[in-house]
Amino acid sequence: MRTPSQAPSRPSSRSGLSPRVLIAGALSLAIGLALTGAAKAGPTLDAIKARGSIKVGVGTQPGFFSPDSNGRWQGFFVDFGRALSIAVFNNPDKVQFVASSPQQRLPSLQSGEFDILLSGVTQTFTRATKLGFHFGPVVFYDGQGLLVPKKLGVTKGKDLNGATVCVQTGTTGELNITDFFRQNKITFKPVVIEETAENQKAFASGRCDVLTQDSSDLAITRTQLPKPDDYVLLPERISKEPLAPAIRYGDDQWLEIVNWAVYATIQAEELGITQANIDSFLTSADPTIRRFLGVDPSLGEAAKLDPKFAYTIVKTVGNYGEIFDRNVGPATKVGLDRGFNKLWTQGGLLYAPPFR
Amino acid sequence: MTDGVLQSAPPLTSPRPRWQRLWAGLFGTPLNAAVTLCCLALLGWVVPPLLRWTLLDAVWVGPADRCSDAAGACWAFIGEKLRYILFGFYDQDRQWRPAAAGAILLALAGLSGMPLFWRRATLGLWLFGLAAALLLLTGGPAGPAVPTERWSGLPVSLLLAVVGLVGAFPLAVLLALARRSSMGGVRTLAVLFIEVTRGVPLIAVLYVATLLLPLMLPAGAAIDKLLRAQIAIVLFVSAYLAEILRAGLQSIPAGQYEAAQALGLGYWQSMRLVILPQALRTVIPSIVTLAIGLFQDTTLIIVIGLFDLLNTARTAAKDPAWLGFYDEAFSFAALIYLTVCVIASRYSLWLERRLRRC
Amino acid sequence: MPSSAVPPGALRSGPVAAVTLWWGGRSGLQAAILALVLLGGFLLGSNTLANMERFGITPGFAFLGRPAGFEIGEALLDYRPQDSYALALLVGLLNTVKVALAGCLIATVLGVLLGVARLSGNALLSGLVQGYVELVRSTPLLLQLFFWSATFQALPSPRQALNPLPGVFLCNRGIQLPAFADGRAGGWLLAAIALALALALAGTVLRRRLGRRDALSGLSVAAAACGLPAALLLASGAPLQVEVPELAGFNFSGGTTVSPEFSALLVGLVVNAAAMIAEIVRSGIQAVPAGQWEAARALGLPRHRIMRLVVLPQAMRVIVPLLTSSYLNLTKNSSLAVAIGFPDLVSVINTSANQTGQVLETMAIMMGAYLTVNLAVSAAMNLYNRRLAARGAR
Repeated sequence: MRTPSQAPSRPSSRSGLSPRVLIAGALSLAIGLALTGAAKAGPTLDAIKARGSIKVGVGTQPGFFSPDSNGRWQGFFVDFGRALSIAVFNNPDKVQFVASSPQQRLPSLQSGEFDILLSGVTQTFTRATKLGFHFGPVVFYDGQGLLVPKKLGVTKGKDLNGATVCVQTGTTGELNITDFFRQNKITFKPVVIEETAENQKAFASGRCDVLTQDSSDLAITRTQLPKPDDYVLLPERISKEPLAPAIRYGDDQWLEIVNWAVYATIQAEELGITQANIDSFLTSADPTIRRFLGVDPSLGEAAKLDPKFAYTIVKTVGNYGEIFDRNVGPATKVGLDRGFNKLWTQGGLLYAPPFR
Repeated sequence: MTDGVLQSAPPLTSPRPRWQRLWAGLFGTPLNAAVTLCCLALLGWVVPPLLRWTLLDAVWVGPADRCSDAAGACWAFIGEKLRYILFGFYDQDRQWRPAAAGAILLALAGLSGMPLFWRRATLGLWLFGLAAALLLLTGGPAGPAVPTERWSGLPVSLLLAVVGLVGAFPLAVLLALARRSSMGGVRTLAVLFIEVTRGVPLIAVLYVATLLLPLMLPAGAAIDKLLRAQIAIVLFVSAYLAEILRAGLQSIPAGQYEAAQALGLGYWQSMRLVILPQALRTVIPSIVTLAIGLFQDTTLIIVIGLFDLLNTARTAAKDPAWLGFYDEAFSFAALIYLTVCVIASRYSLWLERRLRRC
Repeated sequence: MPSSAVPPGALRSGPVAAVTLWWGGRSGLQAAILALVLLGGFLLGSNTLANMERFGITPGFAFLGRPAGFEIGEALLDYRPQDSYALALLVGLLNTVKVALAGCLIATVLGVLLGVARLSGNALLSGLVQGYVELVRSTPLLLQLFFWSATFQALPSPRQALNPLPGVFLCNRGIQLPAFADGRAGGWLLAAIALALALALAGTVLRRRLGRRDALSGLSVAAAACGLPAALLLASGAPLQVEVPELAGFNFSGGTTVSPEFSALLVGLVVNAAAMIAEIVRSGIQAVPAGQWEAARALGLPRHRIMRLVVLPQAMRVIVPLLTSSYLNLTKNSSLAVAIGFPDLVSVINTSANQTGQVLETMAIMMGAYLTVNLAVSAAMNLYNRRLAARGAR
């Protein structure tokens, strides 16, 4: 041991920095540096503009939000995040995606961790009133479904007495499935797993008789199973799951931006405007199209937005149908049918208020 | 190592050649022979399928379709996703920055384990290294700023562990001294903090930091999520480190305290110059063990939605183009943890032996 | 509060002196530190209350009485979604206690065996154990849990269930074990076993106290320890038929089921803790001086008896304190259950916090529960350790 003899040999080394001061300095520097990324106070839109980017809360679900090999977020909801970025900054990349688990997304939105939650959260009465969230337009109409192996011989939900059900914790699904079985006076045994992927693996391995999730997720799971044809999605939708962007109370202007950025994609599809053909519409004489694309700048000025925000959104991420098809449509591995998410003109529920 | 094991067994009566001892151990008695055969059977049951999966039937290069037909592992997936697993969401054209930061952190940790660097000057090195690593990750002079949301992968694991340990040090020293202090009020505070923190799981502390900390701030103020996790880890580690340091302080003979007093040193001076340097030296192996555990425990930040190495590995298998290669992703992550931790624990063993000798 | 004017040691006895001694000196500094901590706590607390009000959440524990509304997959109590949050949390806590108790027991047995095997002269065995220990200690527990969870899910479906022992089935729905047809019988059996253990322990202590170590007294203790509980079991009138699990339809009926989530968590925790305990046992045994081995061998004792009679009792004094921290770690690590779907305390707390928004209260309950469990484990182990130390001193 050298230290004992060494240390007292220079007892008055008060000159120079003491270790405590050094460590304290290092720590405060570390905190200071990390704090530079912290959010600022104030209404949401001011904070977004001051920061220079939108913070969007997302989940991880193939097709809806997942990182690609380059670490860039891709997916259906991610594209709407980019559309928002265009509406505010006229640039699709002024957006930071923040992953959040289902259990923490609402508290995190509440505490200001992100400006908008685009993680497929269901719009409900309690969430809108008691928990204090505004919801933007529904971007995806979903319903909780039941996926079962065909060999069970089950054709409707009521036959599932005594079944084991895999369900994700922290979602409305956990409550819906309990209600469904109670309504039908039958029993079930839940297997509650926090992670979507773990949940699907559990079902795929036969851990449960039934997997319950939003039917969009179930369709994805089904395609991932070794033999998709051995499984069937039961006809029941045991709940309505309108998935909508959620924001905190207290910033109406931000809410309107969210609303109209989403509506722009729906309106574009209704008008037949796509990423590819949009430039040909710029010369259109139709006043609706001229207003929509900002050729006639009156609308954008009124909303304090770039008059051509709808044009840039469609040009960059496409209309609703293109976003859907590119990420989760029949041609992708996810392979979802449009279902309710067709335009109202085609028998779906998508409807954009007039741009005027 | 086998040699050490044999030596640690009761000394044998007559020295025999090594292979003879080995043979006696393996087949000397019927019981030993049975045990050996059982072990061989176990190996025969586990190793061949594992080899087939990892090597023989594995797909090394090519697109995802080639993997779906193969019976073995899809290492092509790791090849495709290597960048994402290591650096996550960090901008691709700037990924030299997290790489350099990770290398600095590893180097700092490695150097600090060497007795050559157990001196005060190392503190300056640490300060410099940490600042450099943080600056590299953040931006500043290194280039455009990258927000903490995009920090992910291995550098985040290293950062949380290293800053967690270093940040915990000052607090742990204060706590350890406070717990041995004669001042009852301060002592009680220290005991309360240490025991409460050590009594709850890290997950609980992380949840508190993520869910409760934002509520505790004035309305409108917000605090970065990664920083919250880092604070939680620093507080958590400081309680454990404080107990290690306390054990070190207790091992210092009373004569040292008295001698320091006799030299006319005040409390802080005698601690800083006489007691702590000795106490620290005796507990270095414990600290290395704590650091290894901490590096592994950083994986728990998955539950609050941060992206460490394990989480980037897991989410790599969620890309629709490469869906579901979880086994490969987890095996790869395990290999990295295994490499780092085995090196560190071997080193700690060596250190322990060395310290015992002198 | 004693003022600093009272010189320390002025009073030699009584509560005032005790407090003065505890408080020590430097009242000004201490008061300042305490005030600072209190102020910080007050600021954070008032912020929290203000924020909760802003979000429209009423602080307090009233929510505990409201119906929870969610189902819990595994419950030791009779729990239904209509029941209160309080009951849901209790169910979660009991699940944590269940996995921690079972884990500690199994990990101890396995760990001691592995620790002894690690020191075996058989190079292959000790090498295998060393590899196991190193693999487990060098990978994150969460990763290991993911692995075990996947392993249990990869078991065959009920129809192709593995059948390692008669009446025991392994499948992806869990482990099926034979059980008493009547639920009450299990309770009575547990009571009888507990009584038998208590009687045996009391008899052994008594025998030692009385200095009687002959075979007759030993037999009578054994007879009493077995006979009384057996009589109790018969008197209870509980039906003692054992039911073997059978495949019925798509799942097993009869017997009892250990869920895959519980199994994966338990196996993961045990495998992890056993590696730590093996190392503890190894270091404990190695701490026993070689002279003890040599002396025992000189007495002509065979190796396994030396281990059991001479070395292990001495090693215990090193092992027990370390074992305590292993148990505490295992208990705390059981919180990782949330990642693989076992409804432990943290998992239930999480769901409750998410549904009620009562973050502060649920977090406080969680911390309180873990502290209580930990203090209980620590206290029990300290008691044992003190007895061990006393025996060594005697």
